[in-house]
Amino acid sequence: MTPPAATTTAGSLPQPEGLQSIVADLSSDQRAFKNVPWGKPMMWIFLVSDTFIFGSFLISYMTVRMSTTVPWPNPSEVFSLTLFGKTVPLLLIAIMTFVLISSSGTMALAVNFGYRRDRAKTVLFLLLTAALGETFVGMQAFEWTKLILEGVRPWANPWGAAQFGSSFFMITGFHGTHVTIGVIFLVIVAIKVLRGDLDKERPGFLTGRKGNYEIVEIMGLYWHFVDLVWVFIFAFFYLW
Amino acid sequence: MTNADGQHVAHAEGQPGPHVQGQQHPLGIYFKIWGLLFVLSIGSYLVDYFHFQGYLRWTLISVFMLLKAGLIVAVFMHMLWERLALVYAIVVPPLLLLVLLGIAALEGDYTLLTRGTFFGTAAEAPAKHQ
Repeated sequence: MTPPAATTTAGSLPQPEGLQSIVADLSSDQRAFKNVPWGKPMMWIFLVSDTFIFGSFLISYMTVRMSTTVPWPNPSEVFSLTLFGKTVPLLLIAIMTFVLISSSGTMALAVNFGYRRDRAKTVLFLLLTAALGETFVGMQAFEWTKLILEGVRPWANPWGAAQFGSSFFMITGFHGTHVTIGVIFLVIVAIKVLRGDLDKERPGFLTGRKGNYEIVEIMGLYWHFVDLVWVFIFAFFYLW
Repeated sequence: MTNADGQHVAHAEGQPGPHVQGQQHPLGIYFKIWGLLFVLSIGSYLVDYFHFQGYLRWTLISVFMLLKAGLIVAVFMHMLWERLALVYAIVVPPLLLLVLLGIAALEGDYTLLTRGTFFGTAAEAPAKHQ
């Protein structure tokens, strides 16, 4: 069933600027967010909901940490690595941050090359992003292993307030899961680009809609969100 | 030939066409912001490395965090060039979370106070992570 060709309201009405454009976009019987392919606002709305999830985790972590009568473990000491006899605080976390920021950079490049329809470079940067993401998860898994071996549990740890373990595992666990899911989707999108599905506008597996290079940008939104969450976790949990 | 969006006018020929939302920005801006993010991350790390304490520590951590977050959202996620309605629809709800943050901070402080008052000597010196 072919949908009827819709007229774009963007062309027929004069467009006000600034704050008035917000009112104009949202009022009356028309499509909001003109000229934005629908997939993008949908991903953004999902990301807002995910922001609420991570926001509730981080805010509750803040509440718990502020109200604990037992000292909170010092993250600089807990997350330090000993290299060549010298203790370097937060080294692994710093490396993880650089890895994830690099992956954001490669993702932005992948989106750009996607719109230029340079399939080879798009696939290259998508897979590079996935590899960096997986590296991040690997390092997070190493961190978990190290802490569990040192005796950190959701209900207790050797260094201080009992809630440290549950906060840490919950927040980083959710984040690591998001990264892993992102890696899987990155590979899926890379395969679609490689096969030329987007150039031929072939419909996807789960949808009848035609594929196009916007899905690379939409994937990019998700991946940048994952990096964004890490920026907040890094600041609030590890540094604070 | 138009699809339901009415946007991809020249798609039948396989040309990019007047692609409305294509990120046709020159690559340079991504590298610059990338570099800036690295610098801000190094700054964040140095806050801990140099053992800054107290308000200076928290202010620097927050400033670096917000700058990084802002750059990622604005440039990498393309928000800088989006329609204002979309920008506001996405940015305002998380900002409202700051209200929840403020309420939770007040509650945390209050919980600490009551624990110190009512639960005896073990809780008399409320632990504050410096």
